[in-house]
Amino acid sequence: MSYKHEQLDEEKVFKDPVHRYVHVKDQVIWDLIGTPEFQRLRRIKQLGTTYLTFHGAEHSRFNHSLGVYEIVRRILLNFDGRPSWNREERLLCLCAALLHDLGHGPFSHSFEKVFKLDHEDFTRKIVLGNTHVNQILLKVSEDFPQKVADVINKTYEDKLVVSLISSQIDADRMDYLQRDAYFTGVSYGHFDMERILRVMRPLDDQVVIKESGMHAVEDYIMSRYQMYWQVYFHPVTRSAEVILSKILHRAKYLYQNNYNFSLQPTHFLSFFEGEVKLEAYLRLDEPVVLYYFQMWADEKDEILRDLCERFTNRHLFKYIEFNPNLQLQEWMELYSLFRDAGIDPEYYLVVDSSSDLPYDFYRPGEEEERLPIHLLMPNNDLRELSRQSDIVESISGKKRTDHKLYFPLDFIEALPEDSTIKDRIFEILFKNN
Amino acid sequence: MLLANHAKLMKFFLASEEVTGRKKLQKMIYILKKCEVPFEEKYEFHFYGPYSEELTLRIEELCNLGFISELKEKKSNYYQYRYQMTKQGEDFLHHSQVQLPPMEEKINLMKEKSSRFLELVSTMLYFDHLEPQEVEEKVRTVKKKQNYTDQDMAEAWVFISELRQKH
Repeated sequence: MSYKHEQLDEEKVFKDPVHRYVHVKDQVIWDLIGTPEFQRLRRIKQLGTTYLTFHGAEHSRFNHSLGVYEIVRRILLNFDGRPSWNREERLLCLCAALLHDLGHGPFSHSFEKVFKLDHEDFTRKIVLGNTHVNQILLKVSEDFPQKVADVINKTYEDKLVVSLISSQIDADRMDYLQRDAYFTGVSYGHFDMERILRVMRPLDDQVVIKESGMHAVEDYIMSRYQMYWQVYFHPVTRSAEVILSKILHRAKYLYQNNYNFSLQPTHFLSFFEGEVKLEAYLRLDEPVVLYYFQMWADEKDEILRDLCERFTNRHLFKYIEFNPNLQLQEWMELYSLFRDAGIDPEYYLVVDSSSDLPYDFYRPGEEEERLPIHLLMPNNDLRELSRQSDIVESISGKKRTDHKLYFPLDFIEALPEDSTIKDRIFEILFKNN
Repeated sequence: MLLANHAKLMKFFLASEEVTGRKKLQKMIYILKKCEVPFEEKYEFHFYGPYSEELTLRIEELCNLGFISELKEKKSNYYQYRYQMTKQGEDFLHHSQVQLPPMEEKINLMKEKSSRFLELVSTMLYFDHLEPQEVEEKVRTVKKKQNYTDQDMAEAWVFISELRQKH
């Protein structure tokens, strides 16, 4: 039997708190899970700094990747034998589902922003480069690694295959919503996935939903909406994210200015120098980053030391609501006051906007931006979800956006009591809050 | 710097005066990015070519802040959006120190083109790590439904080279 079709003698199962069991029967999948590149995902948290707000959110990208694989496996059981579905694509779908997040680095949102990286580039490099994952995929066929990379990159010719992993109702989102809800302990984020899987149908190059399943999909869309504001965009998590970014900026700045670190930033060198090789990227996981932060909390540089102490001990910045239009003059005054007070505003006065953490709300696809969710009506017509559902329509319009101003309240409180600077800073920050 | 990435987009709206169509706006920013204008919005490949959710959200923020205006117009079977900078936007930009390389000529060239054509150009640029023939094959694979002709492709190559020579 070819490697592509090789099955394990006995099915393996992973106990999973969200899906109960993750089932593995394909030798290829089993081998991929055992690679160092996939095992590394155990050391990357799914929700980055969210564990500083919701202490349960310690789950990893390893958990999530297995979950996405399991959902796709179940969808394909339902697709088997249906028109539009090419069974030959089964293994490709499963591999792409399992490997879709392979290129995520530590705290990837901040790292990507500060060092101008793209985790999808690294996923591609791991799948196509000289790695264990690539060796296994090559055993399936010579062009199989490229096919997997194309599916993950959403440029594969069969859009139906792509849409299982990446569309507005895909296995990725269905797993992370439920998993993130479970591990954060919040009560939103739950929806009837079994029902959605039962009403999904392959139709030409997209996955559509039988109209009878509309209410289950409504629930899923509402979960996305609530999880965004309640979990993903929690202001305290954003505070931790702000500090993390500033640590990375400061460490890079110090390196570029020949600062003599007590602990040499060996693992960060290629990041600071702007040429991150795959090997260096794979070596830097979250435990390594957190080790540096602990060590840097004893550095001579006051800013790096303070920011690392804050992150390590969850001594976060406070925040107020901020309107950059109405409060532009106040911002400029605050910037000067902070500088006069000896608090470097580049590191300690930060505006964070909702767009700094992109999260894709459901969009009905006006002007063909993105393929919307289509309902398959009893007469076989397709109708876009928000045209059929009042609930979805109500949250698909203009979006709520916000901006918050983060600052170290303890630094301001520590300014001398008779300081006019201190009084004025307090006046500006708290007159409306 | 306050809202540096928003300010970069405002510079784009200042230079373009008016942009019609969300899809066109998405493709224009992507193409400028590929021409070394340092916009930082992250793009991924979607069904209609490179698309940035981050850009969509940032535009919504600029609208909500009152820095740009969005006019929704009903077309035969869809809505079209028209964007322009407001007076408040100009005031904000006046205080910003963001610098971008000149892009007016590129913007003017793109404004004359249809969103369908810019979709083709941005898709070709998305695959610019490949050889030209491979780029065309890839475009035919991922854009089957758009039915781009050889002539469209040839025109797009000329356009790309023209863009790269302009400021």
